[in-house]
Amino acid sequence: MFRFVLRRLVVAAVTLAVISLVTFGLFFAVPSSPAKVMCGKNCTTEDIAQVEQRLGIDQPLPRQYADFVKGVFVGRTYGSGDFRQDCPAPCLGYSFRNNQPVTEIITQRLPVTLSIVFGGAVLWLALGISLGMVSALRRGTVFDRAAIGITLAGASMQVYFFGLVLLYLLVYATGLLPFPSYTPLTENPARWAVGLLLPWMTLGFLNSALYARLSRAQMLETLSEDFVRTARAKGLSTRQVHTRHALRAAITPIVTIAGLDIGTSLGGTFITETIFGLQGLGKATVEAVQFLNLPVVMATVLLAAVFIVVANIVVDVLYAVIDPRVRLN
Amino acid sequence: MSDMSQPPSLTAHGDPAAPDVAVETESPPEGGRREIVGRSPNQLAWLRLKRDRTARLSALTLVVAALVALCAPLLGWLTGMDPTDKFVDRLNDFGMPIGYAGGVSSEHWLGLEPGSGRDIMLQLVYGLRTSLFIAFASALLASVIGVTVGVVAGWARGWLESVINWLVDLTLAFPFLIFALAVIPILQDRFYTEREAPPPAFRVALIIATFGLFSWTYTARLVRGQVISLREREFVEAARAAGAGTGHILFRQLLPNIWAPILVTVSLNVPQFIAIEAALAFVNIGVTEPTPDLGRMIYNSIGYVASDPWYTLFPGLTIFLLVLALNLFGDALRDSLDPRSTR
Repeated sequence: MFRFVLRRLVVAAVTLAVISLVTFGLFFAVPSSPAKVMCGKNCTTEDIAQVEQRLGIDQPLPRQYADFVKGVFVGRTYGSGDFRQDCPAPCLGYSFRNNQPVTEIITQRLPVTLSIVFGGAVLWLALGISLGMVSALRRGTVFDRAAIGITLAGASMQVYFFGLVLLYLLVYATGLLPFPSYTPLTENPARWAVGLLLPWMTLGFLNSALYARLSRAQMLETLSEDFVRTARAKGLSTRQVHTRHALRAAITPIVTIAGLDIGTSLGGTFITETIFGLQGLGKATVEAVQFLNLPVVMATVLLAAVFIVVANIVVDVLYAVIDPRVRLN
Repeated sequence: MSDMSQPPSLTAHGDPAAPDVAVETESPPEGGRREIVGRSPNQLAWLRLKRDRTARLSALTLVVAALVALCAPLLGWLTGMDPTDKFVDRLNDFGMPIGYAGGVSSEHWLGLEPGSGRDIMLQLVYGLRTSLFIAFASALLASVIGVTVGVVAGWARGWLESVINWLVDLTLAFPFLIFALAVIPILQDRFYTEREAPPPAFRVALIIATFGLFSWTYTARLVRGQVISLREREFVEAARAAGAGTGHILFRQLLPNIWAPILVTVSLNVPQFIAIEAALAFVNIGVTEPTPDLGRMIYNSIGYVASDPWYTLFPGLTIFLLVLALNLFGDALRDSLDPRSTR
């Protein structure tokens, strides 16, 4: 177990290094001088050169990448003399727009995205898996057919449309819910939940469609397996057979997909955040991209990759915990 | 669905697993005895697809959508309007369309865009063109890359195999959407300065390339698996004994055996690309004005959700129906090509 995790971590680190290299190369090598973007329209060539020196982008590219990596792990110093700026350990640079440290932007935005994704995930997993299970156990009934129809439609529905429909129906037309907003959980849990209910419902309904289809198919497959018959033959109650034996085996692939989905969502809920005007990580990326604010884009892309890679490892470990047939080695 | 475990030539009368496969187009021979007709797996799949009601319905929807998209200029000519025409005289002082349901009238069947006053139906029809073109082109590109990489990965052993597997894992770890979001404006900045607007074709090509370059992994894995399972078979050995080269074996002997799953992947990739393209347009990274785009229409409509929900509804519904029809058709295609798969 320990060796397995260690090996996966090494592979993950290599993967992240390559992703950061590619992103770095693309972002800093290809576009026109970031100094020009940062400096504005009225800059002279000297001003630009000065900004470039301050940002460290007058150096050759490999040196710049080395500086970037050094900044992430031990911190770095930008510029010299009057323009000296110390950037402590997890240093991801400064925003081209307002000189705010990128790490600060991320720590501000991350809780919003975390709240949206985890709240949504609880809803979509609970809704999706229970719908799929009940569907599978009552295969062929009216309930099953209705569930299949709804999930089919849900799987083809898009966040940017469904979110706006919900917004119109629940906020503008009826006033049942207030316009979504973010209040920190520690400040006021009730307002936190009410403010995020709409994005949770949007993500919850749409993603649950996929999980319902998946868990229904998995459950049907598991129910026809020999070990379920054995469990029944041993004299266990139907309920015990379904929950303790069938569900546990059927849920393994669902855990995989859920883990990866959550990992991906953490990096990219920009549509949900744009619809509901929530200032999360995704919205930060969209804004940064529009102004070619490269340090912020770089950081959010890397962070999104970290989420995906970590989710992969967590899923593999969870696999072994849930499914007794899986042995890590 | 019927079972394909028997060879197709046995699917005549008296086979309970496939009771009606061979009879459909046959005129009943005299004396009640039917001839045993051999059918290739492809013919069987086609018969199954034709008999599937969902498949027929979704195919019809798609054909209509494709026709409408292709005939968009014709529609513009018939109505005498252009997608960029602005009917400002039909808007009130606040820029909202006059009349019910967002300005629906005999001239403007789906109403007008608030603010700009453009005809929504023409925007939709031309937007459909953009969506379908980008989605199909990206799916094609992704499949070509995926099949090539998959075939090579399945055939190669040793270091090449490891390198390709690692490349697939790496691409999978890439946060595709966020990366697409970042890469498209940056590459545009590389080739065009702020002042000159890039031609729409440049943006479209950039989107297709980004989609293609990051979405081939699934196809590649699938093809690789299939090639590995086929490469030790006798017919491959026979081809090699007959003196065939590697290229011939890979693309003329192996590939025809795995076109079915590839076709299914392509058909399920297209709706995904439609959705992602609209998502990019939704955050203003997609196709630029004045090229009509469904996703950008929804993005523009955000500010009007409270006052003119019809503006959101029409493009949203169009994308939904398009993606639904494509998904249903893809599912039906998979069922007909691989009857063992469960729904």
